[in-house]
Order: sequence, then C-alpha cells, then structure tokens
Amino acid sequence: MTGEQIIFILVALFTLGSGVMVVTTRNLVHAALWLVSTLFGVAVAYALLNATFLAVVQVVVYIGAIAILFIFAVMLTRKDMRDQGPQMNPGWWAGALIAVLVFAGLFFLLQGWSGLSTTATAIPVGFDSISALGEALVSPNAYVLPFEVASVLLVAALVGAVYVAFNRR
Amino acid sequence: MSFWNDPLKVAADWLLGIFNGWGMNDLVAQILIGFLGIFILVALLMVLDIFLVWVERKVVARFQDRLGPNRLGPFGLIQPFADIIKLLIKEDITPGGADKVVYNLAPMLSMMSVLILWAVVPLAPRMIGVDLNIGALYIIAAGAIGTLSIIMAGWSSNNKFALIGAFRQVAVMVAFEIPMLATLLIPTILAGSMGFNAITEAQDIWFFWIVPLAAVIFMIAAIAELGRSPFDMSEGESELVAGFNTEYSGMKFGMFYAGELLHAFTFGSFWAILFFGGYRFLGLEKVSAFLAIAVIVFKSFIGYWVIMWVKYTLMRIRIDHMLGFNWKFLTPLAFVLLMVVALLNALLAGTPQWIYVPVMFLANVILGLGALEIARAYSRRERAKVEGVVTT
Repeated sequence: MTGEQIIFILVALFTLGSGVMVVTTRNLVHAALWLVSTLFGVAVAYALLNATFLAVVQVVVYIGAIAILFIFAVMLTRKDMRDQGPQMNPGWWAGALIAVLVFAGLFFLLQGWSGLSTTATAIPVGFDSISALGEALVSPNAYVLPFEVASVLLVAALVGAVYVAFNRR
Repeated sequence: MSFWNDPLKVAADWLLGIFNGWGMNDLVAQILIGFLGIFILVALLMVLDIFLVWVERKVVARFQDRLGPNRLGPFGLIQPFADIIKLLIKEDITPGGADKVVYNLAPMLSMMSVLILWAVVPLAPRMIGVDLNIGALYIIAAGAIGTLSIIMAGWSSNNKFALIGAFRQVAVMVAFEIPMLATLLIPTILAGSMGFNAITEAQDIWFFWIVPLAAVIFMIAAIAELGRSPFDMSEGESELVAGFNTEYSGMKFGMFYAGELLHAFTFGSFWAILFFGGYRFLGLEKVSAFLAIAVIVFKSFIGYWVIMWVKYTLMRIRIDHMLGFNWKFLTPLAFVLLMVVALLNALLAGTPQWIYVPVMFLANVILGLGALEIARAYSRRERAKVEGVVTT
C-alpha cells in the first residue's frame, strides 16, 4: 500500500464517520458542525486527486457559505437545540433497502469498468489545470452551455430572492 | 553563495544528508523535513506575534498621544512576555452550560485559520510553503474557517452577548468576502495567474500604480474581514461587553487576540504581495533570499501600520450602515472595477507600458471619483429628506 492510499483510507473513514455523526447526533448545531467536517473531508479527497481548485471551492462554498447558513438557520429558528422524539421514521427499512440496492448496483457496474484497475496517467510537469478548467468552461466545444444555463438559473434565484425580500413603499 | 540565494534548499539537503546517514528512508526523511519546516515557520510567526503585541500597543499609544508600555526593559520590550505570563496563570473559566468541545475548539480554529494563510505567502523567490495555483482563492477559504471559528465561539459560550457579537461578525465577514474576492481577481487578471509567486513575479511595475482603486477596496474589505475598527461591531464593547469572546479567559482569549494581530499583519503582507510587489524591491531579492525576506517583512509592516492607522483614527460604524455600505457601494464598485480592468487589459494588450499604465491608473481614479460622487449625491438627497421632515 502506498502512502497516498493510506491517507485516502484515513480521509474516507473520517468523512464517513463525520457523515454518520451528522445523522445520529441529537444536537442540531453539532450536526451542522459534523457536516462541516464531512465537507472538509471531501475537500481533502479533491486535494488528493490534484483537483486543488475544486478542493478550495468546496471549502469556500460549502463550509464558508452553506454550512454557515445552516448554522444560522438552526440558531435562529430553534429555541431548543436538542431534537426530541425518535430518530428513525417508520419507513426506515425502505430507505435502507434502496441504499443497499444502489450500492450493490454501483458495485456491480464499476466491477466491469476497466478504469477501476488502471492507474491514472501522471499529470505532466507544468500542466496548468486551472487554466484548462477555465477554458473548458467558456469553450463552445466543451461546457459553455451547461455553464451558462447554471448561471442563468442562479441569476433567476437571485432575482427571486430580491423580489421576495423587496420592501415596497 | 548558494546558501544566500536559496537557504531552504541548502538546509533541506543538509538535513537529508544527516537523516540518510542515520539510515533513514528517503521518504520518511522528506516528510520529517517538511514537518520541521512547518514547525520552524509557525514558531517564528508566533514569536513575531509576541512582538506584534508590543508594536500594536506602542503605535496606538503614539496615535493617542501617550507613551504606551515603557517600564519593562528598553522601550517596554519585555511587556508582552509579562502579558503572556499573566494570561497563562489566569484561571481558566468555562461558563456554565457551555458546549465544552466546541468552546475549546473555537480559539484553536481561529489561530489555525490565520497560520494556514502563511502556507501560500512567498517570502523570497524560492521560499514559499506551496506555490498553489489558486492562491487567491485559498485566502477566502481560510477566511471561511475563521468565520466558522467565530460562530462556534459565540454559540458555545452560552451567552447572549457573545452570540449577538458572533452574528454581527459573521454577517460582516460573509458580506465583505465578496468585494474581497472581486478585487483578488484583479491582480489575477493582470498577472495571468492566481499563484502568489506568479503575481509577485509579474509586478515589474507595482500593481498599485495600475489598479489603485482595487488596492483601496482590498484594504477596506480586509479590515472588515479582520473585524477591526471601524468594522469592529462584533466587539462593540459599549453594547456587547466584548462580543464573541466575552466568556473566554486566560490563554484562550489570548489565542483570539494573538490571532487577530497576526491576521492583521498577514493581510498587510497580502496587500504588499498583491499590490506592492511582494518581496521585490529594486532587484534586492536577486542579491540574497534574506534581503527578500527583509523586504517583504518591511512591506507587511507598512500594510499593518495602515490597518492600525485606520483602526485608531476612525469611529465604529453602525451595523446596518456597514452592511449597506458593502452591498450598495463596495460590492457594485468592485464588480464594475473588475469588468473595466478586464476590458481595458484586453483592449490595451500589446500597447507599450507608457500608455498602458497611465490609462489604467486614470480609469481607476475616474471610477473611484465617480462612485464617490454618486454616493455623495445620494447622501445629499437623503439628508435633504430628513432635514425637510425636521423643519416642517
């Protein structure tokens, strides 16, 4: 086992453990903080894949904005941070079944995939992944359409939020 | 001579030789040397932090026309050590009903969010922790962790003043991140890279002379991000006791305080790197790496001094004014500036420097003055409205 694999396994265990804590802890703010550590684990996984841009954006967007928003929402809407009542709803077995089926399906699909057993080619020295990403996002041959559609969607959400919050005099 | 040019590599090779001599594996030795490097950098920063306490107190004394610490040692230089001993022997209080783990984690995260910033600071041409190709975004990501530490501190203290302080501070930090991000993109456009080393190398002419308005906006956003006066609503001692760190005592408070000082110095250094050429000064950086470090420390202190100058000159702004100023003035201005710079940079590509620099500079000045004029006209209208109500 190489050092990278050991680090990956540790990070994956950390991420999964935090994920389990998110859904099992009864304190809602603690759940939000465990969510932060889960998202951080995902960021580390991106960093291990040499996707530094995605890793940093993961921290900026998910920890810096979304997790903070969660914490705010929980703090401002709940008087009691402890969640009472059962943690499972009656349909838990259906959810578990679907999860197991999806996992099994992915497992069988990926077993036949040749990409799983080949090692990735090393990134050439001096390769600027971030400008390649930037060019792909605005190049008509690559992802300009999804990128623009997502932008329009976000602008629509922004306009909607301003419209809802706007105080007519 | 190579030691004076690239001391880190020489030292690392020397250590590697010693470790290999002990029969250590190459990989283990590399990891050990990496950790040693981090340890030395952090230790130096913490020592600098002690010194910064003294600098801050002396400078504020100067601004307020008093002497500052002057009893212990020459110029009161031993005062910060006395302060540290005092903080260490203070009773460590955990408030009743506090969330212990989160409460103790918050000061550590606060300090960490500052220290990790130094991973991307280029101290000399080849002395940089990691030359990340997304250095500019990395600052924002570290700031996100700082925001998190403040909300953790405010919430876990089980104190309403701490929580209100944390809410205010987080509202300010989340808001001022946006103009900061927009101004960080401007040196990125000019240098063609987000890495700090590349940005420094691109500054044959300081970016301050090309985009002065961006430097000013970055400084304002940085001061807000630091939570220093005039943006220190989070501490607002006249109404909130001490804001988010009300319940912290002893060295835990010391961590927040030291973190804030080092954060201010760090942003002084980012200001220097982004707009004032970083470690470059008249070719001194080519002579020796140590001179380059001296240059960047000196420039960082100037940035730090500007932050202190603003802090001890201006009064605190009300929270709604502060956020209004950000969302209605600074953010639109930063985005307009970003578009203008991007457009002009593309239009003027290939023109000689004596055209490029003055045109960029003038565009910035005109944009800044125009924005101020719009703001002034608006405030005049508002004032007329209020005064009209008062007189009738």
